[in-house]
Amino acid sequence: MIAAVLTIVMAAEAVVRETVNAGVDVGAILAFLRDVVTIISLAGGLFFVLAGTVGVIRLPDFYTRLHAAGMTDTLGAELILFALMLQSDNWQVIAKLLLVAFFLFVTSPTATHAVAHAAYKAGERPKLGRWRAPSLEDDT
Amino acid sequence: MPGSLSLTARLMLRFATILLFALAATWWVLSGYTKPLILTLGAISIGLVLLICARMRILDRETAPYMTLPQTLAYFGWLFVEIVKANVAVVRAVLSPDLEISPTLTKIPTKGKNDLAKTMFANSITLTPGTVSVEMAEDHILVHALLSEMSDPDDFIEMGERSAWAVGEDASDG
Repeated sequence: MIAAVLTIVMAAEAVVRETVNAGVDVGAILAFLRDVVTIISLAGGLFFVLAGTVGVIRLPDFYTRLHAAGMTDTLGAELILFALMLQSDNWQVIAKLLLVAFFLFVTSPTATHAVAHAAYKAGERPKLGRWRAPSLEDDT
Repeated sequence: MPGSLSLTARLMLRFATILLFALAATWWVLSGYTKPLILTLGAISIGLVLLICARMRILDRETAPYMTLPQTLAYFGWLFVEIVKANVAVVRAVLSPDLEISPTLTKIPTKGKNDLAKTMFANSITLTPGTVSVEMAEDHILVHALLSEMSDPDDFIEMGERSAWAVGEDASDG
């Protein structure tokens, strides 16, 4: 197992050394890859935040809106945090962002549950059963 | 002399030590200072937190759930994949022109006895978009789901077992 990992690491090192000798700037390629992944991750995060916002506006009642808000907390925020981690050079900044991601993971469902439970206790009944958006023709 | 201490005292000491290391690590990651003055202030604040915890008698597995940290992290990895899948399903439902949804309230049975395992399970359900835990009872969780196909109790069995494992509890003996 360890021997296999060592072989792979040594092979990778040899490949990197040869490409460097051939005049290819490995650092630039890695920086480029890092930027590409950052852009994809940030764009994905923004998409989920936007979709969450659209969901909060479109969905019909309190409980269904909570689900849309949950998207913003999970994939939206985590993807943006991941992109920020990729862009930081300082280990401490990365560690702090990891802590933020972890706390978000623990606190946001607790807050969502508290809100949902409070609404349920206060007598807010959820809309149940099939539901679809009213069509525009019905309004006129 | 460790032999002269009672079992509860020894357990409390153990959790105090775990909490000490966790607090020290958190403090240092957040501050990053190595000046003696700041380090002393940090040590004093950590000592104060430990004292308060001991006085409140909450030095137990729930205050310092770090013994099963590797399992918890592995579970977070699995949970993240589930979250991505659920996010895609909710995005599709929300952005579709018809906005076809079928909200349901379902009782999901819980097997875990311990509060930490239940909290982990309920929080995992809420973290997954499309399902929110509304009320906790002794033996079940009331779950509100956005789409009826998300509310099948059988689909929650795996999550329940994994979340119990993540906090070091065997779900089968619940």
